Amino acid sequence: MVEKSEKAWEELSQLLDKYRGTKGCVIPVLQQAQAIFGYLPKDVLLTISKEIDVPISQIYGVVTFYAQFHLNPRGKNIVRSCQGTACHVRGAKLVLEAIKEKLGLAEGQVTTPDLKFTLETVACIGACGLAPCVMINDDTHGRLTPEKIGAILDAVE
Amino acid sequence: MALFRAHVLVCTGTGCTASGGKEVLAKFEEEIKAKGLDKEVKAVETGCHGFCEQGPVVTVYPEGTFYVRVKPEDVPAIVEEHLLKGRVVERLLYKEPITSAQVPDYEEIPFYKKQHRIVLKNCGTINPDSLEEYIGADGYEALAHVLLDLTPEQVVEEMKKSGLRGRGGGGFPTGMKWGFCQKSPGPKKYIICNADEGDPGAFMDRSLLEGDPHAVLEGMAIGAYAIGADEGYIYCRAEYPLAIKRLKQAIAQAEEAGLLGDNILGTNFSCHLHIKEGAGAFVCGEETALMQSIEGNRGMPRPRPPFPAVKGLWGKPSNINNVETFGNVPYIFRVGAEEYAKFGTEKSKGTKVFALTGKINNTGLAEVPMGITMREIIFDIGGGIIGGKKFKAVQIGGPSGGCMPEPLLDTPVDYDSLIAAGAMMGSGGLVVMDEDTCMVDVAKFFLTFTQSESCGKCTPCREGTKRMLEILIDITEGRGKEGDIEKLEKLAKSIKAGALCALGQTAPNPVLSTLRYFRDEYEAHIKEKRCPAGVCKKLVGYTITDACKGCGLCAKTCPAGAISGELKSKHTIDASKCIKCGACMTKCPFKAIVRG
Amino acid sequence: MAIKSLDELRKIKAQAQKDTEARKNTGTQVIIGMGTCGIAAGAREVMKAVLDELAKRNLHDVAVLQTGCIGMCQKEPLLDIVRPGEDRVTYGPVSPKDVPRIIADHLVNGNVVEDLVVAKIPNKA
Repeated sequence: MVEKSEKAWEELSQLLDKYRGTKGCVIPVLQQAQAIFGYLPKDVLLTISKEIDVPISQIYGVVTFYAQFHLNPRGKNIVRSCQGTACHVRGAKLVLEAIKEKLGLAEGQVTTPDLKFTLETVACIGACGLAPCVMINDDTHGRLTPEKIGAILDAVE
Repeated sequence: MALFRAHVLVCTGTGCTASGGKEVLAKFEEEIKAKGLDKEVKAVETGCHGFCEQGPVVTVYPEGTFYVRVKPEDVPAIVEEHLLKGRVVERLLYKEPITSAQVPDYEEIPFYKKQHRIVLKNCGTINPDSLEEYIGADGYEALAHVLLDLTPEQVVEEMKKSGLRGRGGGGFPTGMKWGFCQKSPGPKKYIICNADEGDPGAFMDRSLLEGDPHAVLEGMAIGAYAIGADEGYIYCRAEYPLAIKRLKQAIAQAEEAGLLGDNILGTNFSCHLHIKEGAGAFVCGEETALMQSIEGNRGMPRPRPPFPAVKGLWGKPSNINNVETFGNVPYIFRVGAEEYAKFGTEKSKGTKVFALTGKINNTGLAEVPMGITMREIIFDIGGGIIGGKKFKAVQIGGPSGGCMPEPLLDTPVDYDSLIAAGAMMGSGGLVVMDEDTCMVDVAKFFLTFTQSESCGKCTPCREGTKRMLEILIDITEGRGKEGDIEKLEKLAKSIKAGALCALGQTAPNPVLSTLRYFRDEYEAHIKEKRCPAGVCKKLVGYTITDACKGCGLCAKTCPAGAISGELKSKHTIDASKCIKCGACMTKCPFKAIVRG
Repeated sequence: MAIKSLDELRKIKAQAQKDTEARKNTGTQVIIGMGTCGIAAGAREVMKAVLDELAKRNLHDVAVLQTGCIGMCQKEPLLDIVRPGEDRVTYGPVSPKDVPRIIADHLVNGNVVEDLVVAKIPNKA
């Protein structure tokens, strides 16, 4: 882990070099820092604040405003269950329940203890024609049923 | 240059990719090569056709044969039979849902026949990764015409004449908006494209960005010239990775070709476009919030005036239009404003793209002239309701819009008629609902959404939507009381009057319109503690009727162990153990379990 | 490639339209019988010869279509030429070396190559 972490900090420093002085860079910097670390740990946020000269309060405000940013470690695979209108009327709730059961997530829990999966809900991923649908990492799976989702999750590494 | 006698167009939009479009494309490339046809048949990747329900879709030209739901295993048959021997593979043709007739020709499919595609013209027919194919489809000709023949003032005039209104929801005349920004003084201005398509149930912007990214860029460049901007941003949802990838590539291609960047087409006009990825906040679709987000702040709306045309991004005059609006612009300047204004109604010109979803046979994108009736869209293009069920309502305009019941289906679809009917055009999401949809649940669904997306800046929206949602939850869980409906109406009125931005001002619409047309459903929930559609779990009970043969399947299926009975005799459900999941009802082979 | 003028844009457009011409059907067609009998008789080679010839002559607005067996297996490979508003002419048996003549005389210049004709289907319009 230490090795990976050193490399990650090196990447962060390159990232900050690239954006230092660019106006409106907070969100892209946070997005890319999160891509490096998987989430946004406190010392990363403090470093970003210092390096791009934006108060930590403001950065924290931005991080907590947008659904995309995470302050806690996340699973290796991100499962986004769509709860948009089209998915809702075609039974997205049942699919979501099936995923929770399959991953063994308790109420309020979003990441599996082995950090393999994090489950999120999203408002709409724009694949309404295939409702109900679920995005696993960058792949969209559509026309789902509670029965189908198990096999799809099993196939994820 | 090689001459290809046939082109196989494989859709790799998000919808078709999810259904396996990429694998189908790879298989075509492999099979065409294996059969030695790679010198005469070309496989081409295209953007979204809008017929996602039937994806992956494949069109074989020159015949224009339209294959649907193609799996990689089907590809050898198409190559062997169609491409090699010239025989159409009939089992893969589109079947008309009502008559079951097979329709071989793309243009003859009722889903496409009633459509008039201006904005989506290229989606599914050109390769979105190729600048040349866009130019071949008259691309960038409008920009050349504008830059070489027209002054910025003339461009604004032409836009006003076209009658184009903003396609993102509000319906503000685009020409006027450009005119305001043009008149704002200052050497630095911005053109912004709102691609933060957040309405659940709308995906036309995604399809256009994926299927024809250059059309949006061309529209933006024309807008930039009109208002006097030399820089612009496309604010796109991070949930649309493919759209972002195609846009980035399109910008790079256009810059290399001198169609964007410095001295476009050899003129003095320069325009640099950048992409900003959204970070997941619905309110950022509101223009002042969107600009806050580009600047790197919390995306909160601010009061207007000053309007963005005066004081926008980084305090400079800015003009924001939606993706579909920009998508109309090149067409207007290619054919002329007068020609464009022939489509549509007196006050709503042109076409509108609708996203058809929900309990409808043909889900997908439909671009139709304004003024067509909702009935034509749902029944002629959409092919009616799944499983022959009864139509109940169509929800239009997403969380800001409203529901229209059956008697209003003959309303012409334009900005003003829809507002009169208590809905709004919004971004054009149409979610069709049948008799199994509970309208109170739908209202609760939308309010849950707007409530959680409320940015919290102004009290009417932050607190008001929360209170309304609490009442709706009570109603759907059997705790509704006399006076709740009136309280909802009062809260709705205050929020509409007092909220700072459109998110709050329109948040009560789904509740108000369902109350207007489906008040009896609310009353059934409150007074009789009954959900007529059988959706609200807490209000639903299951009973076994005398049709029960005692097979025991239900008892085996029940996850809560609530069903008991001797084999071959009637079973019963213990209501105190029942978790109301409905699994027994689905499983029963004799339809002996009823909800109510 | 920097496009500096409308003329340059139009040039690219013309080239791009040629490349996508196969997606339109302008009316002029070459139809080759590609049933089992046709393929066995050498229809693939005829098809290749047609494509070569069209490419050589830079003819991009011609649709090359295939059809199944029409029941005249002894005359395969069969090749039909359709020109808008004219009779549809079926040739057979066609060998690859006949192809340049059919394309030059009939497809381009409108003179039917009588010695190879099997049948003519009158134009309905």
